[in-house]
Amino acid sequence: MSGLVRFILSFSLIIFLVNTTFASERKFNLGQIATKEEVAGWDIDVRPDGLGAPIGSGTALLGEEIYTEGCAGCHGDFGEGADRWPPLVGGEGSLASHDPEKTTGSYWPYASTIYDYIYRAMPYGDAQSLSYDETYEIVAYLLYMSDIIEEDFVLSDKNIGEIEMPNKDGFLLPDPRPDIKNTQGNPCMINCQVSTKIIGKARDIDVTPEDDN
Amino acid sequence: MRKNKKNEVSNSNKINRRKLLIGASSIGAISLASKNLLSQEANPENLPPNLPEWTQYLGDGVDVNPYGMPSEFEGHVIRRNVEWLTASAESSVNFTPLQDLEGFVTPNGLCFERHHGGVAIINPQDFRLMINGLVDREMIFTLDDLKRFPQTNKFYFLECAANGGMEWKGSQLNGCQYTFGMVHNVQYTGVKLSDLLLETGLKEKAKWVLAEGSDSSGMTRSIPIEKILDDCIIAWAMNGEALRPEQGYPARLVVPGWEGNMWVKWIRRLEFGDKPYLTREETSKYTDLLTNGKARMFTWVMDAKSVITSPSPEKPILSKGVHQLRGLAWSGRGKIKRVDVSIDGGKNWKTAQLHSPVLSKSLTRFTLPFEWNGEELLLQSRAIDETNYVQPTIGELQKIRGVNSIYHNNSIATWLVSKNGKVDNVRLG
Repeated sequence: MSGLVRFILSFSLIIFLVNTTFASERKFNLGQIATKEEVAGWDIDVRPDGLGAPIGSGTALLGEEIYTEGCAGCHGDFGEGADRWPPLVGGEGSLASHDPEKTTGSYWPYASTIYDYIYRAMPYGDAQSLSYDETYEIVAYLLYMSDIIEEDFVLSDKNIGEIEMPNKDGFLLPDPRPDIKNTQGNPCMINCQVSTKIIGKARDIDVTPEDDN
Repeated sequence: MRKNKKNEVSNSNKINRRKLLIGASSIGAISLASKNLLSQEANPENLPPNLPEWTQYLGDGVDVNPYGMPSEFEGHVIRRNVEWLTASAESSVNFTPLQDLEGFVTPNGLCFERHHGGVAIINPQDFRLMINGLVDREMIFTLDDLKRFPQTNKFYFLECAANGGMEWKGSQLNGCQYTFGMVHNVQYTGVKLSDLLLETGLKEKAKWVLAEGSDSSGMTRSIPIEKILDDCIIAWAMNGEALRPEQGYPARLVVPGWEGNMWVKWIRRLEFGDKPYLTREETSKYTDLLTNGKARMFTWVMDAKSVITSPSPEKPILSKGVHQLRGLAWSGRGKIKRVDVSIDGGKNWKTAQLHSPVLSKSLTRFTLPFEWNGEELLLQSRAIDETNYVQPTIGELQKIRGVNSIYHNNSIATWLVSKNGKVDNVRLG
């Protein structure tokens, strides 16, 4: 036996051992093994690092027409929103104000999330009807309207994980709660010093549906 | 002679009942007040010493209602929404009528709804749950497969992270239902994910799960693997019957104690990965904006909370004398340990009685008898959970989080009882 053959054999043995040692046994023998085609059809998510982004590309130049036709009805010609449908553009610098405006441009931390959401859920009522390229084109148009990329920038699976969104550092981890360090289970029971002055009544705001009271 | 008289009475009763029903249907659903009249106004001819018709004549036989419904006199006990909150009913929310419920279980038809793309209607034969990514075997399960795994039956509350979200800046909605009703509590039947995953195996690098719904919003949330293996369930039944369509039929994810948005309905897929997926629902939504413009992310746990369900804006006090104050308390961190009640706006507190069962991450019923002599009251309740966390005031929350968080408002509410017995949602300060 040549040294090379012996090497290959021992390598195969190692793989065999790894497989049998670490891959778990099926316990109940229920369910079916999924085929690659089945998984590919449903596995549509795209992660911030671009993992899962399908092969394709698009520019804002191409996206304008699709957006105007399929999106502007609810989100406005320039992403400013319509009626109660959300705006997609604007709101930069508003997050610390009294009236924060959270749009894809001002708030969303990752371009991948815009792609993921539009592909899976838009247009509203006709989900997963866009092609990969159409989705890249719409995302590119939104990013262009928020001054994040140029009009001719080719957004694709190769670079969607590298787009820097303005609010990428706007999120805090981990969750600091419980953030109210009040009384360790023994709150004041008698003669507590609290204000009992009424400073507002829901009745005066008068936005409760009529049916109620 | 006596018999004739009796017949006259019952005939007139019949006419009255018919009139009442005609009257009720012509009023229709104009207002809750009229519905309440229907259930609250007694007909003197049915009262002692008279004989009501239901005592004399046969009622409906079996099978008139093959699936039983509440009494016609309970027509006001319904989910309600606030239309101006959202752009469309398919991506919207309604509210559980907590003020009309007893005990700690929410009836299936009254569990609040929150959809992002409408209710998916799924033939259970067409249901598939796919598990892919960092598992030893990528697999697909039918509903029948799931039902053959070891089973678990557990009560859990489900609360939307935005419950009370309209009350951050001030008292806005005048109702227990509208300010606390994005919560429900049912018994789930399903398979623990820790059991299901024995079939697929997990790769060592698997740290996060993407849970994905099959509705037209393709709802997706990332959940850390520790939580998935701790107590998460794929459930197909609630309160002993199949999930209601609006609650995810035929199967949903149950994420005990954590915000409702993560309990993906109409579940179709679990993908295991080494990092979170940072979907729309955990970046642009369900993140808590602070005054400095930064937002907290992955704020999953629902902190301890309580509400007085009666008296409440929908449940005024109708007479002087003894009453039973009723309420609900819950915590995403475990069991409720104690609930205190104040009738003077938080100056003095009395501990309420907790009603068994007191279960972890479940609604818990509390009551406290009180005597009302027509004076003004400022009612508050304060939950303490087994971690000794005390439900905060809105002032305590605002000091740390400002007023633009939308989510996770678990503060103490105040109901003002006026001298006429009417109850209002008010803000103290």
